[in-house]
Amino acid sequence: MAKNINLTIDGINVTVDEGTTILEAARNLNIHIPTLCYHEDLCVAGNCRVCVVEQEKVKNLPASCATPAAEGMVIHTNSMKVRMARKHIVELLLSEHNADCTKCYKNGNCELQGLASQMLTGDHLFLDLVPDKKYTIDMFNTAIIKDDSRCIRCQRCVRTCEELQSVSALGVAYKGNKMKISTFFEHSLFEVVCTNCGQCVNRCPTGALIERNYIDQVWDAIYDPNKHVVVQTAPAVRVALGEALGMATGKIVTGKMVAALRRLGFDSVLDTDFTADLTIIEEGHELLSRLKRALVDKDPTVALPMATSCSPGWIKFIEHTFPEYLPNLSTCKSPQQMFGALAKTYYTQKRKLDPKNVVSVSIMPCTAKKFEANRPEMRSSGYKDVDYVLTTRELGIMIKQAGLDFEELPEEKFDSFMGSSSGAAVIFGSTGGVMEAALRTAYEVVTGREVPFDGLNIVPVRGTEGEVREASIKIEKVLPEWSFLEGVELKCAVANGLAHAKTVMQNVRDGKANYHFIEVMACPGGCLGGGGQPIPTNKEIRNKRKMAIYEEDMGMPVRKSHENPEIAEIYKDFLEKPLGHKSHELLHTHYTPRKRY
Amino acid sequence: MSEQTLKRVDLIFGEYSNEKYKVLASTLERTNEDILKDILESGLRGRGGAGFPTAMKWKFTAETPSDERYVVCNADEGEPGTFKDREILLRVPRKVFSGMAICGRVIGAKKGLMYLRGEYKFMVPELMKELDSYHEHAKQLGLDFTIEIRMGSGAYICGEESALFESMEGGRGEPRNKPPYPTTSGFMKKPTVINNVETFVNVLMIMRLGPDQYKKLGTTDSRGSKVFSVSGDTPIPGIYELELGMSLDRFVDEFGDGDTKAVQVGGASGFCVPRKKFKDTVIGFEGVPTGGSMMIFNSSRSMYNVLHNYLEFFEEESCGQCTPCRVGCQQLLKGIVAVKKGEKKAVYLEQLMKLSESMKITAKCGLGQSVANSFSSIVNNFKEEMIY
Amino acid sequence: MTDCKSLIQELADKYGRERSSLLPILQGVVAKNNYLSDTCMTDIAKELDLSAAQVFGTATFYSFLDTEPRGEYVIRVCKTITCDMHGKKTIIQALEDMLKIKVGETTTNKKFTLLETNCLGWCHEGPAMLINDTPYSGLTTEKVHDIISEYINK
Repeated sequence: MAKNINLTIDGINVTVDEGTTILEAARNLNIHIPTLCYHEDLCVAGNCRVCVVEQEKVKNLPASCATPAAEGMVIHTNSMKVRMARKHIVELLLSEHNADCTKCYKNGNCELQGLASQMLTGDHLFLDLVPDKKYTIDMFNTAIIKDDSRCIRCQRCVRTCEELQSVSALGVAYKGNKMKISTFFEHSLFEVVCTNCGQCVNRCPTGALIERNYIDQVWDAIYDPNKHVVVQTAPAVRVALGEALGMATGKIVTGKMVAALRRLGFDSVLDTDFTADLTIIEEGHELLSRLKRALVDKDPTVALPMATSCSPGWIKFIEHTFPEYLPNLSTCKSPQQMFGALAKTYYTQKRKLDPKNVVSVSIMPCTAKKFEANRPEMRSSGYKDVDYVLTTRELGIMIKQAGLDFEELPEEKFDSFMGSSSGAAVIFGSTGGVMEAALRTAYEVVTGREVPFDGLNIVPVRGTEGEVREASIKIEKVLPEWSFLEGVELKCAVANGLAHAKTVMQNVRDGKANYHFIEVMACPGGCLGGGGQPIPTNKEIRNKRKMAIYEEDMGMPVRKSHENPEIAEIYKDFLEKPLGHKSHELLHTHYTPRKRY
Repeated sequence: MSEQTLKRVDLIFGEYSNEKYKVLASTLERTNEDILKDILESGLRGRGGAGFPTAMKWKFTAETPSDERYVVCNADEGEPGTFKDREILLRVPRKVFSGMAICGRVIGAKKGLMYLRGEYKFMVPELMKELDSYHEHAKQLGLDFTIEIRMGSGAYICGEESALFESMEGGRGEPRNKPPYPTTSGFMKKPTVINNVETFVNVLMIMRLGPDQYKKLGTTDSRGSKVFSVSGDTPIPGIYELELGMSLDRFVDEFGDGDTKAVQVGGASGFCVPRKKFKDTVIGFEGVPTGGSMMIFNSSRSMYNVLHNYLEFFEEESCGQCTPCRVGCQQLLKGIVAVKKGEKKAVYLEQLMKLSESMKITAKCGLGQSVANSFSSIVNNFKEEMIY
Repeated sequence: MTDCKSLIQELADKYGRERSSLLPILQGVVAKNNYLSDTCMTDIAKELDLSAAQVFGTATFYSFLDTEPRGEYVIRVCKTITCDMHGKKTIIQALEDMLKIKVGETTTNKKFTLLETNCLGWCHEGPAMLINDTPYSGLTTEKVHDIISEYINK
């Protein structure tokens, strides 16, 4: 039973539970004290000092995000002292900031700019510190750009990288006027253990951490009459794109997204969900074949548990931190890369195009996919499988650039072929989705029956933020050729966010876990919380996107990957069989052990 | 009593017995309540500069429910112009260890840690010898309280209590949010008493003299004696133990060179008192509090250079995490340079004064909050030197 | 230059492998090698199961934990106002002349590095300096000559 605390904020009495901060108490009263370093997903820092308030009978102004409410406290959030102090703080931040907003990617979307605009800062009060600072920009990376001239040292990125993701590629270095956010020895991000997950980009309040954008290159390709530009769209994009264009959170905008992409000038608007279904077929069979080697052949070299491989942030993470477990990863490429390889082989064959004139673009909720597309092994078509990766945010920008009224667009359908998908594919966007999709197919392949869950909704494997989900599915009454699986309890683990991925892998390494199959998504909540999704992000937003994804799944006519008609077609016409020669050539890959530090 | 005379005392460094650890031994025979009562009655306040009542600090820590508690001795003396703790550790380390042990007994801590600044590493061999002697005596007395020395590595901010804990826990010396205070959550997030070197020696003094004798020194608000580090334009720089509560003009009579223009009381984070205010300024918690640093400037010195020196110091030593301190220090420094060079008009100093006031009330820790002390006192009292 | 791996093993055996062991280990490496190289820091990260960025971030916070190569003898001259008032500039000049380097630099034979530092606690006997861990106060140009000559002949 939490103790009650009574306090007064701006003349209004309020009662809160013990432990509530002044900031939270004010929010209960719909009083929005401005903040910068505070973020709902992260521990309290209390370093920017923007959220200071005046407390009667106390000399100093406490930071409301870091001060618990106390009995009898009398707080003023907008007194003259507070206004002057807060203005000074924003002015100080502006003085060490490259405030040339029109040149910045986050123009219009920046929290510091928002505060300055709110406060009507006008002519700068203090001296410009920027010229003497000799700030550097780290732009040698395919996925993320770090611009120190725009950093306000709120440390949100450091807390994200350490707490949420347990990667700690970013830290705080030096002190005093030299204090900065830095990688190990100020190396470029591509030289250290950064996984490109982009969670730091999602939480950076300014333009200090942004994705490397390829908008101009994509426009160039679209305008080039000699180029045939194909675009694929990930499942998590369609439940978040609306947010970047002024719509409410968690709206399913698939049809409008397709219409917009057509109007932007893409020659063919296709769906990553198609290759998500394909991934399930390939990966499902891969899992079954490993289980056979383990249970029938008693092969000691078989790598179990098997782990999913569609999250490139996860891939780079395991390459750095658990390279000895690379054999455990499924050799399947991610749906994005499978799509890219097929776009320049299967697609070009069917459409009678020359692959060298095809430009393959993907729209992803992800920043790591930019790195993935540039991996040297991703050229199995003979060309770069995916030429450009755009985040959900970049697509939002392109739609605005084209002057489209997104909300008013009609609902349109994907092009065929490589445009049809199942509900199982859509749920890839949420943590636990790949596991559920794989089970919907694998269970039926092995037993001839649908998974014994109401509406095919395998709720026990649906992941939640903040924990590792464990589930075991009993396999009974199997078909004769799968007799070795009779009675087997398939033990599964679902982890989202790299901190939980680390926990799972440590348990595997220490022999504390006996899973058969692990699904890992690098981002909290899964791809729906990806590094390329609209900003801001918090648990509530991610939950709404999650609900939209499962709603979309329920509304699909086909709910299982193996029932997607285009899947049967591609095997018949092109791939022959799962894990066949063609599949191995185009749809499977290998990994690269990397330095631990 | 003290406005008229400058009383020198010799309690801190005096040797009173051939028997080492005698006072510790006799104190251990008393109850915790008794010991605390004496310290409370004596009115002892911390000697590091902040002046928090010592008995209350010990009491709060003892009362916080916990399986572990710690005693930490803050030997990270880094305030410019302060060198008294070095002298104490050089001459009477036994008294410091005894004070820590008494604290450990009273609050129920089994472990004491001394955070010694890296610049004093040369003192470690001798300190270790004394520490060995302490441990022997503690064993004989049946006291379960071990003391360890942890080294700093060149960071002034680690003298701030929560930054000190962060440093000992293996991190950057970045001050924490308060509340919670060290009495609730200190080293390893356990209830901790952190006191200055001199404070622990004062505890021993009170145990030996008793509160009544101790109270005879100093004033009502500033009981006891204090060790001062005197430097600058003085013919007799050095360490002096004086009663608290004296007025500054008496001090200058004793220590000045006859041409004293200003005295910086309390180091760079203290106040600069100009000649015209000497008579009305009392050195003590009721006037200008100090950790002991007294820097004397005569009329040949440029107060602009002095302020410039302090601001450069803060700009460098700030931990850098909070905006008002990190950027504020840079702005104050650059600002006075610009005014001096004529790049900014003199009226810009008013802007900077307002900024220093904001820093005082919004900075996350004492460093940022104290910059305004020297800034405003020097700019207000020596404005012409800032401009011309 | 002592080999990193074995030195760090030794230090970790002595101080432990917790986060709170980090500072003594960093100090131990600097005591032997005078600075922290990138390989040393990654070895420490490995030993203590920390990220390299965390070790780097902690080391760079402290003025005495150099991450840039330093000479065998690191000279740190106090730049506080009272030392300045008593002739710090002259001492710096003397050192610069004797060693043929400027503040912040290391001699080509890697024997001496000249730096400035904040209050060393010898304000009544300024100017003062540290050479590695040893303090020297009451400096004059002559004294500085004598001291440095001693070190040159070591």
